[in-house]
Amino acid sequence: MLSIRNLKVSIKGKEILKGINLEVKAGEVHAIMGPNGTGKSTLAYVIAGREGYEVTEGEIIFKGRNILDLSAEERACEGLFLGFQYPVEIPGVSITNFLRTAINEQRKYKGLDPVPAVEFLAKMEEKKQLLELQEKLASRSVNEGFSGGEKKKNEIFQMAMLEPSLAILDETDSGLDIDALRIVATGVNKLRRPDNATIVITHYQRLLEYIIPDVVHVLFDGRIVKSGGKELALLLEEKGYEWIRSES
Amino acid sequence: MEKNQNNILEEVTTSDYKYGFHTNIEMDLAAVGLSEDTVRFISAKKNEPDWLLEFRLSAYHHWLTLTEPNWAHIHHPAIKYQDIIYYAAPKRKKELTSLDEVDPELLDTFKKLGISLEEQKKLSGVAVDAVIDSVSVKTTFTDTLSKYGVIFCSFSDAVQNHPDLVKQYMGSVVPSNDNFFAALNSAVFSDGSFCYIPKGVRCPVELSTYFRINAANTGQFERTLIVADEGAYVSYMEGCTAPMRDENQLHAAIVEIVAMKDAEVKYSTVQNWYPGNKKGEGGIYNFVTKRGICKGSHSKISWTQVETGSAITWKYPSVVLMGDNSIGEFYSVAVTNNFQQADTGSKMIHLGKNTKSTIISKGISAGQSNNSYRGLVKVIKRAENARNFSQCDSLLLGDKCGAHTYPYIKAENHTSIIEHEATTSKISDDQLFYCKQRGISSESAIGLIVNGYAKEVLMHLPMEFAVEAQKLLAISLEGSVG
Amino acid sequence: MDQKRILISGKQKQNLIMEASIVSTIYDLKEYLSGVFADKQQEITRNDTHFVAAKRAKAFELFSKMGFPHAALEKWRGTDLSRALNHEYHALPEAPSPELDIDKIFKCDVPHFETLLVTQLNGWYADRNNLLQVYPNGMIIGSLAAAFSKYPDLVSAHYGNYADDNSEGLTALNTAMSQDGIFIYIPDNVTVEQNIQTVNITDFKQNLFLNTRNLVILGENSHLRLVQCDDSINHDVTFINSVTEVKIGRNSTLDHYKMQNKDDHTTLINSMYFHQDEGSTLSTNAISLNGGLIRNLSHVTMSGSHSSAEVYGLYLMDRYQHVDNQVFINHAAPDCESRELFKGVLDDHASGVFNGHIKVHRDAQRTNAFQTNKNILLSDKASIDTKPFLEIYADDVKCSHGATIGQLDAEALFYIRSRGISEANAKILLMYAFAADVINKISIPELRQRMDDMVKKRLRGELSQCEQCVLNCSTHEHSHVEFNIDLSKI
Repeated sequence: MLSIRNLKVSIKGKEILKGINLEVKAGEVHAIMGPNGTGKSTLAYVIAGREGYEVTEGEIIFKGRNILDLSAEERACEGLFLGFQYPVEIPGVSITNFLRTAINEQRKYKGLDPVPAVEFLAKMEEKKQLLELQEKLASRSVNEGFSGGEKKKNEIFQMAMLEPSLAILDETDSGLDIDALRIVATGVNKLRRPDNATIVITHYQRLLEYIIPDVVHVLFDGRIVKSGGKELALLLEEKGYEWIRSES
Repeated sequence: MEKNQNNILEEVTTSDYKYGFHTNIEMDLAAVGLSEDTVRFISAKKNEPDWLLEFRLSAYHHWLTLTEPNWAHIHHPAIKYQDIIYYAAPKRKKELTSLDEVDPELLDTFKKLGISLEEQKKLSGVAVDAVIDSVSVKTTFTDTLSKYGVIFCSFSDAVQNHPDLVKQYMGSVVPSNDNFFAALNSAVFSDGSFCYIPKGVRCPVELSTYFRINAANTGQFERTLIVADEGAYVSYMEGCTAPMRDENQLHAAIVEIVAMKDAEVKYSTVQNWYPGNKKGEGGIYNFVTKRGICKGSHSKISWTQVETGSAITWKYPSVVLMGDNSIGEFYSVAVTNNFQQADTGSKMIHLGKNTKSTIISKGISAGQSNNSYRGLVKVIKRAENARNFSQCDSLLLGDKCGAHTYPYIKAENHTSIIEHEATTSKISDDQLFYCKQRGISSESAIGLIVNGYAKEVLMHLPMEFAVEAQKLLAISLEGSVG
Repeated sequence: MDQKRILISGKQKQNLIMEASIVSTIYDLKEYLSGVFADKQQEITRNDTHFVAAKRAKAFELFSKMGFPHAALEKWRGTDLSRALNHEYHALPEAPSPELDIDKIFKCDVPHFETLLVTQLNGWYADRNNLLQVYPNGMIIGSLAAAFSKYPDLVSAHYGNYADDNSEGLTALNTAMSQDGIFIYIPDNVTVEQNIQTVNITDFKQNLFLNTRNLVILGENSHLRLVQCDDSINHDVTFINSVTEVKIGRNSTLDHYKMQNKDDHTTLINSMYFHQDEGSTLSTNAISLNGGLIRNLSHVTMSGSHSSAEVYGLYLMDRYQHVDNQVFINHAAPDCESRELFKGVLDDHASGVFNGHIKVHRDAQRTNAFQTNKNILLSDKASIDTKPFLEIYADDVKCSHGATIGQLDAEALFYIRSRGISEANAKILLMYAFAADVINKISIPELRQRMDDMVKKRLRGELSQCEQCVLNCSTHEHSHVEFNIDLSKI
């Protein structure tokens, strides 16, 4: 599904990622953990194709194709989804209108006709229930005036609607109370399929109690310094990041 | 990234004016230029009573003493007032009693505009008073309206059939000496619409007029008068498109609204006159005086406008809040692209007690255009507990355009509360990236965000108009907004 | 004489005469000043170099063309000078004698407020025995007139380069007729530890029309705190037309305060022209507590990138006082930031004008510019006229402005009263809270404390023009002013 080889990335001449290697196969859930400022969000943005990052070395192979030359929207249409840590507000644009535009553009990319309105609305209904979303949420503007929890739920809702092959969830657990965390995690679990994959980026082990990862990576100072099974997360929780610091 | 955006903006500027065509209709023209004779010619042509000729002549003589205002943030070559033809009417083949008798070429013109009378009649239940150039050629739904006692006709017909009403209210809101362009209009106005809603009547249909500038080198001087008597309600829609022209055309209209006690008038405009080409050549000069007066207590006047056209827009739909507890509203979206210039906004003059006003203005500038909001909120000593809220936002697309905000706020009453807010920004990179990450192209993302930005205003348009307005936003910014 | 003229009514006639008299008086003052300029050339240009003399001549031409500002000018719409101009003035006060002991007529003793005091008498640099003082760190303070010939290079590099003679008639008049003012030069890499306080005292036996001109130059990487006060000793009619040009060099910082507490007979036109180089920081705060007619112009040009400007103002006016704050922020370079906050309370027949204009040039990308103006009207005779303008030609900007006009929050008022505080005190408390936003921007703790006290006294009606000095020198009360409100009840 995703294969990152020796990825080096700089921002304004300062090297943030110093040679990342990562293999994610279909059906897997990977967790990337690490202290603040080690390059977790940078990695997510670079995979999603945000401008302003200079890839100095390496490649990102997604579904067998190097995607570094693709624009952000092309990567999205290829099936890549990023759940944002801080979802931006888009005033006046309803979630319904936003998602219909997104789905239809993605369909256009694949040479499909726009989704019929009835079908679209039925899907909205189905996914809303999946995530225990309030009825009126869909008519509200994208993220405008949302609480932290609502924003994160909305991200997962969009993921459910867009059905990506690979979803990267950047600190989706931050700012969530325990109920919201459960709903978000349940949503992610229900959407797991043998043909898709998820990368969960998180600071705390807490989320991983709900979303059980196949592989846990520790990102430190721009490198993946440790990989292991889900027990690695527990070890981290117990010993703290200082342990990694001393180890590396 | 930037490059990408520039490409899109370039595409935006390449969308050609869809309504640029010209209908060949035999015209009945006045001599070129403006003189007392021209004024007399127009008045005679329209078989007007003496008092109206006097009105025109006094406006003309006053106009001679005035100079063009120069305070707006607009630039244009001097207008040659003596090179303009001040009267043009399509020659009638015979008296028209039904749609079938309307000049087929005219009907065809409407069809190209997507506003054919038949369609309008069938689908939307909207009474259309279609104005081509200066003379109204067809009024529909008159029968339905007359049942309620609503008068909706061309201004000329009103002069002939309801002279007392016209005489009573014409010039009572915008005096003939109000400003340079108002004086010019008062001297040479050719036709327009007249609307009277009697006491206690809620007008059952949305009233609508389509304006069109057709004849070459013909100035258009519309005059609209809407009177809502006590407790009456009317929603009036004005939509404009004009065919492509190489030379600039002057348009100086007047709209007057009178709302008596407990009356409400909702006036909506979608303006899409020819904005000129990508080089800034041609296009309509739109110098309009629109003003309403809330004469009685608890009356309300609401202006909603979507302005995407004209090379130059100079208009400030205003409300004089005279009656106690009266309400004035102004909702505006103004889009400028290429070399368009807009200097537009509103005036809210609070004279009565407990009067309230709201101004929501959304400016969108692209290309090398300049888009200015200019407004006045004035509260006089007597206007106790007056309230105003103004929000004037500007959105910039591209680094060669300008967005300006010039609010004037004067308060003389210590019980009034006035709030003004304004922001200027571009679409944020965060918003664009967010949309793109969901698979939405930059082009669509800009359209989506712009429409969202304007939503607060668009939602005040009548349903029939909102769709057209969204289309116009699309046409003015690019092909894919929506 | 034709028939019609004779038939005009008595009232019309009176109006005509009144209009005629105002017009002719304005004409007279301009004529008078023109006469002075021509007749007293020698006196006016006594200290001039060729460079300065040429500026004068050109500025006088401009003033002759423009004349005094009038209501038809956009920037003068809310401020009517005709009454102030309707007096006979004396325009060229003599320089003080070398025997003058300025301490005898003026003392500033704000508690704990250590300043390097620079005094002016009727515009002239007061210490006539030592016109230019050079300090060990290279700082120069003294008379501008003396600096003309002593430091011609500094003068020609800056003098008249920032002030706008072309569109402000009064600035042109100042350039043409000013005789002296304060000259301050801070060389590169100097942090001035002391606060510098300039005090312009007017003491004149006749009505005085005073043109005073200051020039402040900060080199690179320098820091200066400057407090400017305007005070009067006698109470004759005074028209002060003050122009200050300030150059803030690369990476330098200026912290500037303008304290105004003038009597009701005074017209104070205070025009500040700031010019900022790359990486510089300006903070300027104008506090107007009293004054017949005050007009503050803060004209800030950011010509170098990564500069920041904070422009603040507070005005508390009553009786028939009038205050006009004009702010023009000229964003001419990218990556700069400006913040404006102006707040005012107007009582009785007082009137106020705020005209904030932010201009962002095409190349000034990534500009952040924010402006706020808030007003409270306390009486039904008070009025405010606010015009927050934005003129923007760059797209990558964040700009905003907000203006409000209102009253004290009725709910808050009720809340405070419900705690047993009298309505009068509750009002003062809320007004003080309103004003405190601006006072809290003062970064010199002693000055902030002093202004805090002054504002409290002003709001309680205890501060009047008879306290001769802005910073309170004549009162002997050095303890802090406290509200007679029991705050524990809130």
